Amino acid sequence: MSKNYGIIAAFDTVPDVFHACEQVRDAGYSQWDTITSFPIHGLDAAMGMRRSRVPRFSLAGGITGFCTGMSFIWWAGAYEYPLIVGGKPYFSPMFAFPVSYELTILFTAFATIFGMFFLNKLPMHYHPVLKAPQFVRALDDRFYIVIESADPKFNATETRALLQRAGGKDIVEIEE
Amino acid sequence: MASHASDHPAPAILSEVKPAVLARPVLVHHHRDFKWITDKICGIVEGTTPTWWWVCFVVASFVACFTIAGLIHLVATGVGVWGHANPVNWAWDIVNFVFWIGIGHAGTLISAILCLLRQKWRTSINRAAEAMTIFAVVCAAIFPVFHVGRIWFAVMPGYLFPFPNSNGIWQNFRSPLEWDVFAVSTYGTVSCLFWYIGLIPDLGTMRDRFTAAGKMMRARIYGFFAMGWRGSNRAWSNYEMAYLILAGISTPLVLSVHTIVSFDFAVSLIPGWHTTIFPPYFVAGAIFSGFGMVMTLMLPLRAVYRLEDLITQYHIDCMCKITLATGTMVGYAYSMEFFIAWYGANPYEGFAFINRAFGHYAWAYWIMIGCNVITPQFFWFKAVRENTALVWILSIFVNVGMWFERFVIIVTSLARDFLPSSWGYYSPSIVEIFTFFGTFGVFSVLFLLFIRFVPIMPMSEVKAVIPQADPHGEHKH
Repeated sequence: MSKNYGIIAAFDTVPDVFHACEQVRDAGYSQWDTITSFPIHGLDAAMGMRRSRVPRFSLAGGITGFCTGMSFIWWAGAYEYPLIVGGKPYFSPMFAFPVSYELTILFTAFATIFGMFFLNKLPMHYHPVLKAPQFVRALDDRFYIVIESADPKFNATETRALLQRAGGKDIVEIEE
Repeated sequence: MASHASDHPAPAILSEVKPAVLARPVLVHHHRDFKWITDKICGIVEGTTPTWWWVCFVVASFVACFTIAGLIHLVATGVGVWGHANPVNWAWDIVNFVFWIGIGHAGTLISAILCLLRQKWRTSINRAAEAMTIFAVVCAAIFPVFHVGRIWFAVMPGYLFPFPNSNGIWQNFRSPLEWDVFAVSTYGTVSCLFWYIGLIPDLGTMRDRFTAAGKMMRARIYGFFAMGWRGSNRAWSNYEMAYLILAGISTPLVLSVHTIVSFDFAVSLIPGWHTTIFPPYFVAGAIFSGFGMVMTLMLPLRAVYRLEDLITQYHIDCMCKITLATGTMVGYAYSMEFFIAWYGANPYEGFAFINRAFGHYAWAYWIMIGCNVITPQFFWFKAVRENTALVWILSIFVNVGMWFERFVIIVTSLARDFLPSSWGYYSPSIVEIFTFFGTFGVFSVLFLLFIRFVPIMPMSEVKAVIPQADPHGEHKH
């Protein structure tokens, strides 16, 4: 027999799911999630979430890109094969700037995207929620709250009652 | 500043007047709901292939063959098959390159700059405009890659990309042409990444719909690219942050790309090119031409798929006004170039501009002025903006005018060298004409494939701007 992953409740409108999130947050749950087809403004605060850490990856990528550009142009033009062109110096940060600028942006873009994939654990083609029959409307027009059984406060009866009080419909348990 | 208000008490009149509350423009007509948006946009991909699509696809493929034939002939024979000869050694190849790159700029402007400025109307058109950007960059890249003749040298040993040549010498990083390689390849790459990130949630929707319909093959293909997206708000939080950062870095990117393209000219010493106005003037022109192309593409799409509820008259007004603003900036730049040529008192510069307007290429100059300066002025009038067919025709004029702008800048300056003995007149060869003509086919083929297989609007973003998406109830403002 497969393990219980958690409990899922459906909501029909954005205000419903928004206020339900506030109740679940205030009840002290930590391992739970909301499923919406688009990002709802202010839902992060309603769920008590911290600010995303993606910018750290972006900053690291940007610094790497800029240094790569500068050091590569110095290496190629002033170290590996020094060549005088138009009586100009072998290296100057001035003429190396446009290429370094573009590489800053390029590396930032890759770091941002891979950072987002890493934090979201994508690609993840298997997830218990994806198996739930009601998920077909999750990326369409309905909203869901999933509370995991791994949550320390999880209790099959109480959690179900909480979701019911919050206005959840079609509350079912989903398997691992 | 806290004491400021008490030092100067508010005028009494303020309590008597009531500032008008301006209604927010409606972005989706007829109070459509989430379900309608999903069905409408997914329906385009899920339905059977319309006949008009096949007709357009066959015609576009035929036109694209002109480019393929032209390029095969070029590589097999040599760059001499193009019409370049002293003194004009740079002509349609760079004209076409700048033309296509410029068209791409509207996509990034809509997706990045309007995102940062919180212009919510961007949501209905950003997906298609970003796709347009990528396909325009593809068309643009053909020309610098093939103008080296032996294209295998474009990469290694690198005429373009940084690999040392057979003598071990590296590229000249002091050259704007080398900066251009980095600018354009970064632009192409970041545009693809941005587009793909925006697609992930919608691909998830497509995956679930195909799964529900039992079409497992298509569900697996869309599912593979959706990466297992499941709309988790913890994922949305990182996703939105990543999207915002991408918008933030795409903004300086898009401004830098056409700036660097303009450096190809501005850093040289040729009269008519050697001007500091070039970077802003090129960026304004690029956005102008890009919006021209967005309207050329979106207006037929709107009519064919009955998207009037999603691309409303307000959207068309906004696009027309941006076209008007940037077109007027371009017109200002034309007049300022003339003023500086006179005010700078450099006889070569002065000659270059008199020659542009009244020399052998005057016909091209006046086409440019007519299309770029006069055409957008019609958008001052509401009646014009509301006449969709007329807007579409005017947008074509914008495209034509911006091609001629690049032609005028590049060819007139080169055709009159410093000594009259080095003067010449450039005409394109038939191979050049075919190659350029065919790029419209390449672009159309790619765009047709896009509208057939990819949701043409970002459903997740359109849903987020309708009133039902407000967590505090739809009637509270």
